[in-house]
Formats: sequence, C-alpha cells, structure tokens
Amino acid sequence: MDEEQQKSGNPEEKSEQQSKARLDAEFSDLYRAHLRDVYSYAYYRIGNHHDAEDLTEQTFLQAYRHFERAQRESHGRPLRPWLIRIAHNLAANLYRDRARKPATPIDESTTLIAPHTTEQLVEGREQLTRVLGGVGRLPEDRREALIMRFALGMDNREIARALGRSDGATKVLIHRAIKQLEEIVHE
Amino acid sequence: MSEAAPNFEGLLREALAPVEPPEDLALRLESTLQSITEMAAEELQEWELSAMRDPRNWARPAAALMVGGGAGVALVLLRSRRRAHGSSGALSGARESAERTVRDLGRETRKLLGDR
Repeated sequence: MDEEQQKSGNPEEKSEQQSKARLDAEFSDLYRAHLRDVYSYAYYRIGNHHDAEDLTEQTFLQAYRHFERAQRESHGRPLRPWLIRIAHNLAANLYRDRARKPATPIDESTTLIAPHTTEQLVEGREQLTRVLGGVGRLPEDRREALIMRFALGMDNREIARALGRSDGATKVLIHRAIKQLEEIVHE
Repeated sequence: MSEAAPNFEGLLREALAPVEPPEDLALRLESTLQSITEMAAEELQEWELSAMRDPRNWARPAAALMVGGGAGVALVLLRSRRRAHGSSGALSGARESAERTVRDLGRETRKLLGDR
C-alpha cells in the first residue's frame, strides 16, 4: 500500500463505515418516529409505567441488533409492525417469566390507568374506566389488536404484520374484539 | 366489517389515548448504549455478566451487551440530534455515564438474584 492509499484508508473499509453510518442514521429516525408508539403499546399491554419503560428499552435494543436484516427484508415497507412485534414478543416473555416466579405474579387482567388529562377524567372518567377495564378483560390477541388500532392508529395491514396473521383474519379479530368489548361495557 | 357504533370507537380511541414516554427514557436508553460501548472489553468481563445474558432477564445492561459494539454510532447520532433540538439532558461525560452503568449493573444483579 503506498503512502497516498494509507492516508485515505482502505476504500472497502471506508465504504463499510459509510454504510454503517447511513444505517445508524436510519435507525435514529426510526427510534424518534416510533418511541411513543412502542411506549404506548408497552404501557397498555403491561399496565404500568415501570415495566413499560423496560419493555420499550428492550425493544429498541433488540431492534438495533437486528435492524440491518429487518431493513433488507422489509423491501421498503414500514418497520413499525416489526418494532411492535418485537415488543409483543418481549411482553410475552415477561408474562411467561413472571408466571414462573410466584413471588412476583403479574395479573393478566391488570386494571389499566389511562394517563388522560384532568378534564377528560372529570368529564368521562366512569365511561373511560369501564372501557379500559373491558379492554383488560379481553383475550390477549383481541386486546393487542385494539391497542394497535386505537392507541397506535395502525391499519389492518400493519396490525396483521405485527401479529403474524392475514389481513382478513385481522379484520375479523378487530371486529370481534370491538363487539366483545361493547358487550362487556354494557353488561 | 366493523359495525360498532362510531361513538363507541371514538370512546375507545379516547380511552386508549397514546401515552407520551417519560422524558428521561430516551436519555437513559442512549446512556446505556453509550456506556457499554465506551467500556473496555476487559472491564465488562470482570463483571461476570454471563449469567445476565439470559434473554428472560430484564437487565438493561445485559440487553445492551447483546446489541454489541456498533450501537455507539447510532447513539452519537441520537445524541447529536437531541442536542440540535435543544434538549438539555446531555450527560456530563463518559466517566459519569460509565459509573452510572456500574451502579445500574449492581442494582439489576441484586434484583435478578433476589427474584430467583
């Protein structure tokens, strides 16, 4: 390698560094765009802020680890469903893990406390509490679908990807979830 | 397909309003990554972290370790962007950040051992 080449560095290495820098920039965009989504999902899924924070951290750390591959395989599709799927898997692990440890049980029907504004709480507290309580009583897959639809604003296709189901099955799932929730709320 | 009353869906939307993450969450995540990538490999080995690599555990540092050495670059980007947006939460330095991670590791280890 002559002196000139040594100064400029190995071209292959340089190209790798540039590609890494681009990937990192894209990851930081993803992170900023979806921090609230992941946190909202985690909060409504788990039911408390402390675990929601842990779940959010874990999700982004895992996401960073697999980001390059996910990008490659996404073929330009949005990565939000992938992120939420990571959170979904981690949440399932948390439930499984805690179920093995009787000292720290987690109640599947944890009562959710929504972080609404004071005005909202005063105006419709009872109704909102009933709805949230109802969400907590739904089967896991229905509850998750509603969280993704209403808290995150995901469409059927995104939810289908996050849950690993077909679009049609997801549409049915959401329909049944809303119907069941209405029945619970009006009991 | 959904024939639910629109007002019920509205109510559901209101009940499941998006939740803003705590301000310090992003900073903490960045800090964890930064600390881990700044540490020398020998230092990490000293802490006998192998037991904490179990993915069922919820220790932040262990997760950061699994991410690997490349996370620092993303972190630097996140941080520089945060600074550009005028955030005031930057860490005072690598040393402080590493010290915090040591404390976190101790706390998380105690928590994990206590849970078992």
